[in-house]
Formats: sequence, C-alpha cells, structure tokens
Amino acid sequence: MADITDRTFEQEVLKSQLPTLVDFWAPWCAPCRIVSPVVEELGEEYEGKAKVVKLNVDDNPDTASRYNVMSIPTLIIFKNGQPVKTIIGAQPKENIRRAIDEAIGS
Amino acid sequence: MHDVIIIGSGPAGLTAAIYTTRANLKTLVVAGGKWGGQLMLTTLVENYPGFSEGIQGPDLMMAMRKQAQRHGAEVVEEDFTEGDFTKKPFVVKTATKSFEGKSVIIATGADTKWLGVPGEKERIGRGVSSCAPCDAPFFRNKKLIVVGGGDSAMEEALVLTRFAEKVTIIHRRDSLRASQILQQRAKNNPKITFLFNTTVEEIQGLEKVTGVKLKNNQTGKITDMPIDGVFVAIGHAPNSRIFQGLEIDEQGYIAVHNHTKTNIEGVFVAGDVHDAKYRQAITAAGFGCAAALEAERWLDSQYDTKN
Repeated sequence: MADITDRTFEQEVLKSQLPTLVDFWAPWCAPCRIVSPVVEELGEEYEGKAKVVKLNVDDNPDTASRYNVMSIPTLIIFKNGQPVKTIIGAQPKENIRRAIDEAIGS
Repeated sequence: MHDVIIIGSGPAGLTAAIYTTRANLKTLVVAGGKWGGQLMLTTLVENYPGFSEGIQGPDLMMAMRKQAQRHGAEVVEEDFTEGDFTKKPFVVKTATKSFEGKSVIIATGADTKWLGVPGEKERIGRGVSSCAPCDAPFFRNKKLIVVGGGDSAMEEALVLTRFAEKVTIIHRRDSLRASQILQQRAKNNPKITFLFNTTVEEIQGLEKVTGVKLKNNQTGKITDMPIDGVFVAIGHAPNSRIFQGLEIDEQGYIAVHNHTKTNIEGVFVAGDVHDAKYRQAITAAGFGCAAALEAERWLDSQYDTKN
C-alpha cells in the first residue's frame, strides 16, 4: 500500500482519477493494526476501480488536521478532489467495502 | 460442521479457543470486524500475571490469537449478525457467511457505555472519544474532560496528561470508586483536577467539540465549560441483546447457571457478557477456560466420536 505524505497528497489523492481511500494511521495506534491489513486487501480487490493509500498522521500532521482527523484509524474516501465518505474507528470489512462501492457509484 | 463456535475474540473467547483446539475440537472463532475486545483499546496492562513489567493490551491479544491459531483455531474477522440456537446443529451467521456448530461459546464481552446526551453521538471521533490511548496525541496542549470515577477514568486521564495541557475528571458522585493506587496517581498528577457531583448535560461544537454544558447535581446550577475533547469512561454494557432465546438478567447480562451454562443446553458463556462483578482480563480468560472445558465435557456426553 502506497504511503502518502503532506507533500504528495494533492497529486496522489486530490488529483487522482480514481476514487481514493486514505487510511490515516500511526505506529502507536493498535486498532490501526486491525484496519490496515483489511484496507490493503480491499486495495488489491478494487485495483483499477479505486485506489487505497495510507498516511502516517505523526509524520504528516497538516493533512490530518486539514481534514479534522481527531481519532485514528480514520478512513476518508476522496473523489474528484473532495472527501465523500468518512469512516471513524475500526470497522468490519463489509462496511468499508460498502463505502467504497457507494463512492464509486456516486 | 464445527465442534465449537466461539463468538467473540477477547481474552475469554481466545482462551476458550486455545483449550478447545488443544482438546482436538474443530473450533471456529467469530472474531468480529474489530477483533481483540476491550484490551485493544488500552496501553500497558500491569495486572495480567506472567508479565512482570506489564504488557501492552494489543500485544497480549495478538499473542493470544496467535496461540489459538497455532493450535488450529479458524478465525473469521466478521461480526456476528444472528444465531439460531433452537435446533441442532446451532447456526451462527455473519454478514456473508453461515456456520453450523455442535456447541457454542458466547464471549462477546462488553462495549463502551456512552453518555447519551445531546451532541455526543455525532461528535464521536470529532472530539468525543472512549479511547485515550488511540486519540490522545490529537489533543496536544488542549483542555480535556474525562467523565467517570472508576479505574478506566483514571487510566484515561493519566494517558491524556502526556499530551494535554489540562485534564478535568468529572464524576457524578462525591467520591471516586477507582482503586487506591490509580486514585493516588491521578491526584498526584499536576495536570489533573476533579469536579465532583457533576454531570455532562450537553456536548457542544460545530465541526468538532468546543465545549460542554455541566450540571451540579446538588445545587442544580448549569455552567458552560469550554473544552476541546470529551473522553467517556463510565463503564461498559454487555453485548447480549443480539442473541435471541437466551435468558438475560435485569442488568442485561446473559444469565449464567453453574459458572458457564446458559439456559440453552450446548450454549455456553464466558467473560464480560455474563460477568458484572470482576470484569478483568484474567477473570475473562479464566471463564473462557472453564466454558471450553464444560463444552468439551458436554460434547463427549452427546457424541460418541470427535471428528
């Protein structure tokens, strides 16, 4: 799963042709360790239809605070440069899949 | 067909799985999308025997899961949705799958109890939290409140002081029910202050939390307190209501007979979903062990051969 930074966020996420799910995480966050493998699998499953990337909030505080991330894991799906779905906290894979499907379909 | 289906993946569920797999019973753990239970939301666990320096809650759970899987437990990371315990084999369903089991151990534990006040639900993750170890770093140099008077409230407050400027513990009674050692640590911490006989009436803010409305329950006086975050630590509610046909007590816990049995033969229970009294990682693990041994005994009495 590609690592996004404050510097590459605009190019990789906001300007992405595909809907892009960003996994906001940090090394100290235990529930993130549950969510990250799940979104990684979804990234492979949705290859060509949606993009999945991660952003370390410790190293990239600007992007995290710009989107009001105050709890991790937070997953935000961006489409055409706009956040369209936010999932806060660890969630079952099906809920994340549904959110991606909705973002692709909308 | 599984010999044992365990619903839940905290210390009770995973300990049960270690015992049933080692008894050569085909075991499935319906672990949930957020597997691992309450310990996944903690930091250092200092009272689990065998770890003299303490162990991180999530590390303990990862080790327990690995141990259960090493002995052959299958783990499904999906939430339990419904079960049919009226006929045998029992049926256990998740969003996408359906399983049959000769016996079931319910170990679904308990979840955070929220305050239930206006403004709370929509701000979870936007300044309202129940997990200080998860969210504390987002509140660097901020002013926070912790609601509650027990051990978990003290622990949350202590974790938050590593980042926050000031933490106020708000408790509805006039004294704490936390253990002495944690009360002392909290009282000795210069960043922590206490507000007793006080309840939170409303959480305010637009995009994120900016304040709370407090009520002194002795004088009835209402005050507004500007604040950046609200950490809720008023206890846990058992995850028992998703099961149909199971006897539940007045407090919402699964009614337990003779330590491990529910009112349905072949359906056992372990951990915080039936235990209103101890609620410790070690007692949950102990209950999980007991339920597994009873399930094994019961299966032996019902079926000639194990397969």
